[in-house]
Amino acid sequence: MNSQLQPVPWKLHLAVLAAALAFPFVFPSNFAVNFGVLALFYAFIGQSWNMAGGFAGQLSFGHVAFFGAGAYASTILQLRFGMSPWAGLPAAALAGALVGGVIAVLSFRAGLRGSYFALITLAFAEVLRIIANSTDLTGGGLGMLIPMKAGAANFQFAERSGFYYLILLLTLLSVALAEWLRRSRFGARLAAIRENEESAMALGINVFAEKVRVMLLSGALCGVGGCFFAQYFLYIDPTIVFGVDKSVEMLLVSIIGGAGTVYGPLIGAVLLALASEGTRAITQVQGLSLVLYGALLVLIIAYLPNGLIDLFKRRPQPRKETR
Amino acid sequence: MLRISGLSKIFGGLRAVDNASLQVDAGRIVALIGPNGAGKTTLFAAIAGFLPVDGGSVELLGENITGLPAHQIARRGMVRTFQITQPFAKLTVHENIAVGAYQRFAQREAAWEHARAIARQVGMERMLEQPSADLTVAGRKRLELARALATSPRLLLLDEVMAGLNPSEILEIIAIIRAIRDSGVTVLLIEHVMHAVMSLSDHIYVLSYGKIIAEGDPQQVVSNPAVIEAYLGRGAAGQAREAGAQHA
Amino acid sequence: MDPTILAAAAINGLLLGGMYTLVASGLTLIYGVLHIINFAHGSMLMLAMFGVFYLLTKFGIDPYLSMLVMVPAMYGLGYAIYKGVIGRLSSGRDENILLITLGLSILIENIALMLFKGDSRTISVSYSDTMIELGPTLVPLPKLISFAVAMLLCAALALFIQRTDTGRAIRAVAKERVGARLVGIDVDRIFAISYGIGLATLGAAACLLMPIFYVSPTIGHVFVLVAFTVVVLGGMGSFLGAVVGGMIVGLTESFGGLFLGESLGQIGISLIFILILLLRPSGLFGARR
Repeated sequence: MNSQLQPVPWKLHLAVLAAALAFPFVFPSNFAVNFGVLALFYAFIGQSWNMAGGFAGQLSFGHVAFFGAGAYASTILQLRFGMSPWAGLPAAALAGALVGGVIAVLSFRAGLRGSYFALITLAFAEVLRIIANSTDLTGGGLGMLIPMKAGAANFQFAERSGFYYLILLLTLLSVALAEWLRRSRFGARLAAIRENEESAMALGINVFAEKVRVMLLSGALCGVGGCFFAQYFLYIDPTIVFGVDKSVEMLLVSIIGGAGTVYGPLIGAVLLALASEGTRAITQVQGLSLVLYGALLVLIIAYLPNGLIDLFKRRPQPRKETR
Repeated sequence: MLRISGLSKIFGGLRAVDNASLQVDAGRIVALIGPNGAGKTTLFAAIAGFLPVDGGSVELLGENITGLPAHQIARRGMVRTFQITQPFAKLTVHENIAVGAYQRFAQREAAWEHARAIARQVGMERMLEQPSADLTVAGRKRLELARALATSPRLLLLDEVMAGLNPSEILEIIAIIRAIRDSGVTVLLIEHVMHAVMSLSDHIYVLSYGKIIAEGDPQQVVSNPAVIEAYLGRGAAGQAREAGAQHA
Repeated sequence: MDPTILAAAAINGLLLGGMYTLVASGLTLIYGVLHIINFAHGSMLMLAMFGVFYLLTKFGIDPYLSMLVMVPAMYGLGYAIYKGVIGRLSSGRDENILLITLGLSILIENIALMLFKGDSRTISVSYSDTMIELGPTLVPLPKLISFAVAMLLCAALALFIQRTDTGRAIRAVAKERVGARLVGIDVDRIFAISYGIGLATLGAAACLLMPIFYVSPTIGHVFVLVAFTVVVLGGMGSFLGAVVGGMIVGLTESFGGLFLGESLGQIGISLIFILILLLRPSGLFGARR
């Protein structure tokens, strides 16, 4: 709950939305649309991380576990069981939620918090990666290739802009969810848990249950992101969808933009997409964008710990307590 | 309202609370006093579900709540504050109190309205938009009280809510606490500010080294030699009597 | 299963364990003293290993000898990083420091990626292929040397902490920060020294690992999890724990690979980590939280 942020005027909302809708028409090149998809994709999965990590304060280094669960769930159902690719979306949400729930129950029952929680999520994600790398169901280390069959029914849009509008829709959904979180009792309780678990308990909040709930939600969303990723790139393997990189990206996007805020992940995502596409345009050298991002993370934590969104913070009236 | 029977809490070899029994009747203000380190906050923590109990039982409104998790005890109507204030730092005062209000009100508008009313009740109405991290000690104490009050409790456990306040702030809090009791909330408070205890309490329990050594109404307790000795040391009761006799 | 194969796996596991112990001892020292979880540990090791690689390929310095360069260099780097970054920028909240070290590790890893590209590199020295008979199995000589030196260094480090004045100061700060300050210990300097030593152990470990392993910009991930597992298993801040933990992890990896195969075998380490955190977070020898 960050009521110190300037309320975003609805005109700005409308303008940004209109711009987003018009984007593929104004910039129809493959490069531009891809950029748009990437930015929105990062915003979406960043927002999913933000719910658990930002709003509830449960820093996770292994969110990719839900991502990969979703990616594999939808892909396996499609390729091994012949189900419609669109069924993959709810399946991915379910898979992500399931993994989220299991990790949450185990970790929170054991009382893990802060850095220990962050590390154990890392380990869980690693376990899933190794399993995916070693079983036939998932194609092992070779990964899974989704045969190209263009057409909306196959969840493969002939026009890239199809994907763009889908991920835009998903991102809008995630923003709506985040906004709901900010204004709801659930969100208030998560904020309390984030700030001080003991006091939260003293006020009647079932800390364990709420933490599990937010992980279910976060996991489900992240899983959906995995399904989208699989359909967009048509290839997944354990390193890509269970590897540390995605966890880091989700985390970076939220923290740099502003963890625990509705628009923080969006800001962070646009920045990351700009950094990665921008640096790729300049140089072939791999890794430059993350160098910038890593440096940015350190600087943000040091000087602007609430994220870049702090730059938009309303200056609080210098009101001292008058007593 | 509240019955504590033979409560014990042991840390390693130390009996922090030793077979303590006390009772709080509905609508009263009861004080728990004692020298520093007597085990008062430990007792609060144990009965409110923050520490496991090693012996004895706790009954709230006739129901045995011993060993229940803290949030469930809070939901049943016994809500504690913390001696070292723990505000939800990044939230405003209004948001802090609202968290308590959400215990009873599911909808945001209702909870926020209730929080505003509570803030008015404790005199924080003008501070609602302030980040709670910016509050002074007095402000934080008040916030602790407000937050707990917002949950619509049956019994409030106030832990040194006056520590660090100046005399006029203390007078205000005394009035607020009395008003809270008058509105139907029972109060059990830990306090060191003696004149507040004397003026507010209907009944006092004295804890020393984990044991209840005295109880009664304020006049009885204050002249009880065991109590004087607990605070001032052995032989102090005798010295006090002699000094009194000399002055007579 | 043939007992000789088991014995061979056991020996290999122990030899590997020695290396892990060395890597973990730096991490446990940093945690024990500064109470920070140095997420950058793995990428620092990777950096050091690249250092060893280039010292050999560009200047022809034998990896074991390059310890004379790497250890002080990494110490200096650690001291500087503490003074310049960690000490200054982390406002104390547990998660902030973790994020800063995460940021550092991302930085280092990707700088390495930019400079060295993604390929793995190995080195070979004249005695790389010399095999020594050790009971039922043949062991490459470098592995044996590395193990022996790792154990020696751990012992030296333990002695340093126990016997020297600086070591005593370090122990004081680890036990009771405020009290240490009150008796006049420059706590911030001890922090810097400890972080320096933590990275110095990585410098040594790099020299010992290069002859028997490979390096690529992403191996930091592998080592981070291993090092954390050893430290959590042994107990944060405990040297004995690092030794015992290192051996157990080494054996787990070795037997895991033997029974579950190359790919699935790695799961043992992560599972240990998870189980310890869930069941006994203080580890085998750590202080009860």
